[in-house]
Amino acid sequence: MYPFSFTKAADESSALAAGRSGGRYIAGGTTLVDLMRVTVERPGSVVDINALPYRGVDLDGRALRIGSLVRMADLAADQRVRRQFPVISEALELSASAQLRNMASIGGNLMQRPRCLYFRDVSADCNRRTPGTGCAATGGLNRNHAILGTSDQCVATHPSDLAVALVALDAVVVTRDSGGDRRIPVADFFRRPGTTPDQEHDLKPGELIVAVEVPTGPSTARSGYLKIRDRQSYEFAVTSAAVALDVTGGTVRDAKVAVGGVATVPWRLPAVERALVGRPVSPGLWRDAAARAADGAKPLSDNGFKVELVRRVVERQLATVAGLP
Amino acid sequence: MNRRTFVGASITVGGAAAAASALSGCGDDAPPAEQQTTSVAMRINGEDRTVDVDVRTSLLDMLRERVGLTGTKKGCDQGACGACTVLLDGKRVNSCLTLAVMHDGADVQTIEGVAENGRLHPLQRAFVDADAFQCGYCTSGQIMSGLGCIGEGHTGSDAEIREWMSGNICRCGAYTNIVAAVATAAKNA
Repeated sequence: MYPFSFTKAADESSALAAGRSGGRYIAGGTTLVDLMRVTVERPGSVVDINALPYRGVDLDGRALRIGSLVRMADLAADQRVRRQFPVISEALELSASAQLRNMASIGGNLMQRPRCLYFRDVSADCNRRTPGTGCAATGGLNRNHAILGTSDQCVATHPSDLAVALVALDAVVVTRDSGGDRRIPVADFFRRPGTTPDQEHDLKPGELIVAVEVPTGPSTARSGYLKIRDRQSYEFAVTSAAVALDVTGGTVRDAKVAVGGVATVPWRLPAVERALVGRPVSPGLWRDAAARAADGAKPLSDNGFKVELVRRVVERQLATVAGLP
Repeated sequence: MNRRTFVGASITVGGAAAAASALSGCGDDAPPAEQQTTSVAMRINGEDRTVDVDVRTSLLDMLRERVGLTGTKKGCDQGACGACTVLLDGKRVNSCLTLAVMHDGADVQTIEGVAENGRLHPLQRAFVDADAFQCGYCTSGQIMSGLGCIGEGHTGSDAEIREWMSGNICRCGAYTNIVAAVATAAKNA
């Protein structure tokens, strides 16, 4: 690990000042410490923001507001979240391990970097880590990589399960800097790699994530997360689906569907949603809608199976969530 | 300088030289920082300790290399195996993925602090009785994680224990007996 200067921010204004002068924020540290150790991350200055007052989980009639320093384990265990936003608690508890969920913050979860092995290997070509060097994954081992939202520069998947649930639920990232607060829809927060794969998100230098807000709605309580992995637990998604449905009087009134493990950013499926909303529930409805789940997919040499897998995962999760009491 | 410190220092120097010459990371536009050392106070296994650490030191390395508590093991050093699990302010964490300097004032419990007055903790006893290990390298992490699992109340069934203990890898494959040991200790807790 390269040397860095370390400071603990006592309050928000000192954190923002440190961030403005190039300090890298650290909360749980589960991504940053790991990547600093393998020298993928080399910040000259690290700012501990754990003393900041972003620890609350508040629910009113309009939205669930989650402080960015709330730990994954605490949010997942919150009874209001379990009852009214089960897709969030399920996505969290299917992530990482009990130890990591005790450490990792909600803001940090969104800021996770890709798990692509070539990104983590500083001897490999990687446009995301070192722009212009090429992409070792495109012609390398890419079974775990993306089929959606890719570019010829980068094909790494976004690793967060929580972000998939948040994209499905139209959540908003609340950020702050000296210029004030911004509200960024999660769907706009993450950037597809395009020609600038090193720019992963919409944050400005020194800007802090304060909270994540999830609007309440008729479908949030009937929701759930399905995660398919290479082993039963403690593993990233091969393919996952977050689904929330409002089915009233035998008709789908609202549908929110997003998938993970297959795309460079948490991936909403508007075509699947359009094929559901307004339709009466029928034996073939879930399959017909899920057939659109891989629209636009560009499989790589080793991950063509994800095209069919993502359709099946979406179909299964639509049926599961529709069948919830 | 003992053998352990010497080996650690050599690895650091060699690694830095190689990385600087050939390898590339992100965000390296910041000017190179000087090495920074700071003093950290923690209550470790009930004893107040003050330790001077380089700010790069993980909680794991501080415990092993600076405090001499080598019961906590380094497996992967990247949060993938759970061998380094300790209780930090009562919660189980991977001590390899957090910096010691972030935990000034914290309460830490390691495997060395689990037995009381020379008597094994019931979970340790259960591991012995259930033969819940072969090589033993993962065992201290398994036991610290098991304490967390029992404290959190995730021991309702063998399946629940398996899921909530999944952050601890045992490459000998002693899982069946580990689950039995955690279940037994939870029942008697």
